Amino acid sequence: MDLTGRFTREDAIRWAPLMVLIALVILFTAINPQFLSLRNFARITVAAAPALMVAVGVTFIILMGSIDLSMEGVLSFTAVLFCYAFVKFGGTLAAGGWIALPLILLVGAVVGMINGLIHVKLRIPSFMASLAMGFVATGATVLLTGGGIVKIDDDVFRGLLTYRLLGFPLMVYVAGIFVLIAWFIQTRTTLGRNFYAVGGGEELAHASGLNVKRVRVAGFTLAGVFYAVAAILQVAKLGQAESVTGANFMFISITSVVVGGVALWGGVGGVWNALVGVLIVNVINNGMVVIGLPDYVQDGMLGLLVIIAVVLSTDRRAVTVVK
Amino acid sequence: MYQLAKVDKKFPGVHALKAVDFQIGRGEIVGLVGENGAGKSTLMKVIYGAYQPDGGQIIMDGKTVRFANPRAAMEQGIGMVFQEQSLIANLTVMENIFLGYEQQFVRFGVINWKAMATAASAQLAKVRLTIDPATVTSALSFAQRQLVELAKVLTLEERVQGNLVILLDEPTSVLAEDEVKLLFKLVRELTTRASFIFVSHRMDEVMELSDRIYVMKDGAVVDVVNRGEKTVEQIQHKMVGRNVDKEYYREHRQKPFDATKELVKLEGVSLPGRINDISLTLHAGEVLCLVGTEGSGREAILRTIYGMRTPLRGKVSLKGQEISRFSPRNAVERGVGYVPRERKVEGIVAGMTVYENMTLSQMGRHSSAGILRIAGERALARDWISKLSIKASSELADCGNLSGGNQQKVVLAKWRSGGSDIMLLDHPTRGLDIGAKEDVYDMIRDMSDAGVGIVLVADTLEEAIGLSHSIIVVKDGAIQKRFACEPGAKPSLFDLLHYMI
Ligand SMILES: Nc1ncnc2c1ncn2[C@@H]1O[C@H](COP(=O)(O)OP(=O)(O)OP(=O)(O)O)[C@@H](O)[C@H]1O
Ligand SMILES: [Mg+2]
Repeated sequence: MDLTGRFTREDAIRWAPLMVLIALVILFTAINPQFLSLRNFARITVAAAPALMVAVGVTFIILMGSIDLSMEGVLSFTAVLFCYAFVKFGGTLAAGGWIALPLILLVGAVVGMINGLIHVKLRIPSFMASLAMGFVATGATVLLTGGGIVKIDDDVFRGLLTYRLLGFPLMVYVAGIFVLIAWFIQTRTTLGRNFYAVGGGEELAHASGLNVKRVRVAGFTLAGVFYAVAAILQVAKLGQAESVTGANFMFISITSVVVGGVALWGGVGGVWNALVGVLIVNVINNGMVVIGLPDYVQDGMLGLLVIIAVVLSTDRRAVTVVK
Repeated sequence: MYQLAKVDKKFPGVHALKAVDFQIGRGEIVGLVGENGAGKSTLMKVIYGAYQPDGGQIIMDGKTVRFANPRAAMEQGIGMVFQEQSLIANLTVMENIFLGYEQQFVRFGVINWKAMATAASAQLAKVRLTIDPATVTSALSFAQRQLVELAKVLTLEERVQGNLVILLDEPTSVLAEDEVKLLFKLVRELTTRASFIFVSHRMDEVMELSDRIYVMKDGAVVDVVNRGEKTVEQIQHKMVGRNVDKEYYREHRQKPFDATKELVKLEGVSLPGRINDISLTLHAGEVLCLVGTEGSGREAILRTIYGMRTPLRGKVSLKGQEISRFSPRNAVERGVGYVPRERKVEGIVAGMTVYENMTLSQMGRHSSAGILRIAGERALARDWISKLSIKASSELADCGNLSGGNQQKVVLAKWRSGGSDIMLLDHPTRGLDIGAKEDVYDMIRDMSDAGVGIVLVADTLEEAIGLSHSIIVVKDGAIQKRFACEPGAKPSLFDLLHYMI
C-alpha cells in the first residue's frame, strides 16, 4: 500500500495469485456447491501434496535463476528405491522399514548433488544437465524394476493416507511441515539468502565474496531432498512405485511455481508462491472434474493458465527495467 | 513550451514529488540539483513517460498531455539519457542506437545491416565518436557508452518534427574532464534544435551550463535560480538546508599513517594489455590514491588486489601473505572490501532489502550454523541508515527503489560495517550530493584513524589531492610518478596533470 493506504499496482501484482485462487474457489462453488466441502478439500490437498514438495524443491532452483528438469526421473527413482528398501528392511515401518525414510532422503540429496556438480563443474546449462540427469534416473529405474511394479503393504505406512486428523489425511500435515521447513530455509538461513543473492545478481554475489558454485550445488541438493519427500508421499498415496511414478510432475510443478508468481529469471518469489501456485493448479484440476468438463478442455485450460501467468510476470519485469 | 503544473508522485512510504511546478522553453538548458533522494530522477521519469503522475498536469505547447510510456513521450520529442548505463551490453552499438526502431531498415523482412551501419555512423558523428557501429557495446569504455546513449537519443532529431527535450541524468559522473567539455560543447550546439534538462551533483558544471537552475529538496522545488543570480554556496545551502563545511576534504583530520604495517604489497604485477610492472605498498591508516585517465589501468589494479583478475606476473601480498589463488572470496576473507563503480551490476541486488544488501558480504558474522540472526542484521542496518542518513523508508525497503546516491551509500555501509580493513574505493562519491560527500570524507578519515588502509580512485583530482596520503599517477598501465601528500605540502593539480597526459 502507499502512503494514502491505497491499493497500488505493485500490491495487485504481489497478491494476484492468491486472489486468483480465491476467485477460482468462489467460481467453482457457484457452479457446483459440492466443491466447497471438507471432503473435496481433503481430496484436493492429497492430490496436491506430492506436487507441492516437487514445486518447493524446484522453487529454490528457480530462485537462483536456474531450472531443474530432473524431477520426474528422480521421483520415480527414489520412489522405487524406497519401496525396495522398505521391503528389504522388514516390509513394515515397525519391523525396520522406517530406515528407508532417512535413507531415501539421503539418496535424493546425493542425486541432487550430482546434478548440481555436473551443472557447475562441467559448466553445462542447468536445464540441459538436469534434463539429462532425469533421463539417467528414469533409465536406472527401469533397470531396477525391469518394467515391473513394487508394492508396499504396511497399514501403518499407508496410514499417511488413511489416517485422518480433522478430516485431512496425515500426509497433508507432513507436506505442511516440509513447507514450513522450506520457508525457514528461505527466510532464516544463509543458504536461503544466498539463493536470492545469486538469482538477483550473480556477478554481485560473486563480487561480494559468496561462493556461487557452492550455493548452486547446495540448491540442487536441497531440491533433491524435496523430490525424495515427494516420492515418499506419492508411494504412500498409491501404495506402489514404478518407473512412471514421476510422470507429469515436471509440467505440474513448474506450472505451479510460475503461476504462483516465482519469476523464471530468478530472485523473485518464494515458498508461499509455490504453495499458492500448486493449490491454484489443483483447484482448477479438481474443479473442472467436479463441474464435469471433458479431459481435453482441462489440458487446454492448464496450458492457457501458464501463458497468462508468464504474461503477468514479464509485465513485472518491465516495471523494474524501465528506470 | 513544456510545463509541469502541480505534479505529484507517491511511492509506498515515500512522497517523491510534491506539487512540482516546472517549465522549460525552446532551446533552454535547465539544471536540476538536490540532495540524494530529493526526487530528481523521479521528476525525469515523469517527464519522459516512465512514471505517470498521481496528480497535476503535463502541458506541451498549451495542451495537456499524458504519456502512457516512454515511447509515447519519444514520439513527442522527449528523450532520456540514462544515469545508470542502459545500453544492452551484448548488442552492437548500432543495434542499441536503433533498438525498437529497426523497422526503417527492413526490406523484404530482413534487416539491411549496411544501411543501419551508415545511419548509425551518422548518429555517432553527431557526438564526435569515431567507432565502428558494429562494435559490441560491452567493448566500449564508460565514456563511450555515455556518448552512444546520447547518440541514441539524438535519433529523435530525424524522427520527430519540431522541438526536442533531452534529459541528462548525471551524464558526467563517469566522464573525464575533456569528455565533459566535449559533451557541454555538443549540448550547446544542439540547443538550436533541443532543450536540455541536466541533472548533476557537480555544482560547477551545473552553474556553467544551465540558463536556469531548479533546486529540489524532499520532493519539492524550493528555489529557481537564473544564471548568475546566486553563488554555489547559496544554492548548496538551499539544497541541504545548512552551510557546507569549508574544510571539505577534512585535511585537518589527516594523520600520518603507520609505515610499519603493510596491508597490501604489489611487486611487479602485470596483466597483459591492462597493467604493466606495478609495484606499490599500502600501509595501515594510509589513503593511497590512484590517479590517471579513463582506461589507464586504475580499475585493473583494484580488481587484481580484490582477486577478480589473476596477474600473469608478479606478486600480490595481503597482510604479509602472498596470494596464490585469486578470488574475491579469498580477498574478502582477508578483510578486503571493494566498492565498485558500476553500482548497477556489482553494487547492490535490486529486489533484496537494504539490510540484506548490507550484510551480503558478511553473513557469516550474522549467523550461527547457517541460521541468520535477522534482528541483529536489521539493527545494524538501522544504525547505518542513520549514520549515513540514507533515505529509505526503513531497512526493509527494496534497495532497487532507492535513489542512485542512496544505493551508493548502502554499498559503502556494506563494506564499512563488515569491518574490512583494506578498502578499495572506486569513485565512492560518485552520484552523492555534497552533504553525503562530506559524510564519506569523514568516514574515510574515521577509517584511517582505525588503521584501515584505503586504495582510492577519486571522482575528481581535487578530491584525490585532498584526501590522500600518497598519490600514484598511472598512465597506460604503468606507474609514472609517486607523490607524498602531507597536509600543507600537497601536489597541485598541474603537477598531477603533467604526468597523466
Ligand atoms: N520505484 C520506486 N519505489 C519506491 N520508492 C521510490 C521509487 N523510485 C524512487 N523512490 C524513492 O523516491 C525518492 C526520490 O528518488 P529519486 O531517485 O528521484 O532521487 P534523486 O533525486 O534522483 O537522488 P540521487 O541524487 O541519489 O540520484 C527516494 O526516496 C526513493 O527512495
Ligand atoms: Mg537519481
